[in-house]
Amino acid sequence: MSTPEQQISTAIKEAIAENDVLLFMKGTPEAPRCGFSARTVAALETLGATFAAVDVLPDPRIRQELSALSNWPTIPQLFVRGELVGGCDIVSEMYETGELAEVIGVEAPDDAPDRAPVASEPGAPPLTIENNLQGR
Amino acid sequence: MPTTAELKQRIEESIAGASAEVVDLNGGGDHFRAIVTAPKFAGLSRIEQHRLVYAVFGPDIGGPIHALSLVTRAAA
Repeated sequence: MSTPEQQISTAIKEAIAENDVLLFMKGTPEAPRCGFSARTVAALETLGATFAAVDVLPDPRIRQELSALSNWPTIPQLFVRGELVGGCDIVSEMYETGELAEVIGVEAPDDAPDRAPVASEPGAPPLTIENNLQGR
Repeated sequence: MPTTAELKQRIEESIAGASAEVVDLNGGGDHFRAIVTAPKFAGLSRIEQHRLVYAVFGPDIGGPIHALSLVTRAAA
């Protein structure tokens, strides 16, 4: 029998293999629970990218096993075609240089801002659902 | 509680030739931003550059240092 940790690790590997664009985040794209996750979602959504998302918050072992696999200590983590692209800083930087659209294989919409969209200040406390809905 | 001076010192002592500028994002001593310039970053991908900085802090990232936002550059 495999341990729960091994099962989580296997599930993470499968999710990475099965989804071309996969974001591990705190909360959901509709209700991010951390400014960094919110900002990464905003960059992807602004580009019109289709992506799958995994919420790491329900079980601390998800984050633990993910970081062990990816050799990356923080959340969010964006994977494209099985490769770790980066966290919020790298994704935002790549959004601004156009590399993000390129690596995901989408055309940035004409009205996409040059600067990465800021969903909230990076140091902000977790977004509440109410705050998130106000921005819509 | 970690301070910006402490983070700067740890980065500069651990990565040869590095210079770091560290700010406390919300004044709470747990969300930081660091701009790190080091010759060692030359030729490395962003992921590899950031990993080198995260490695300085090991388990402190996600512990006392809740978040460390990074900008890395190979040369000033």
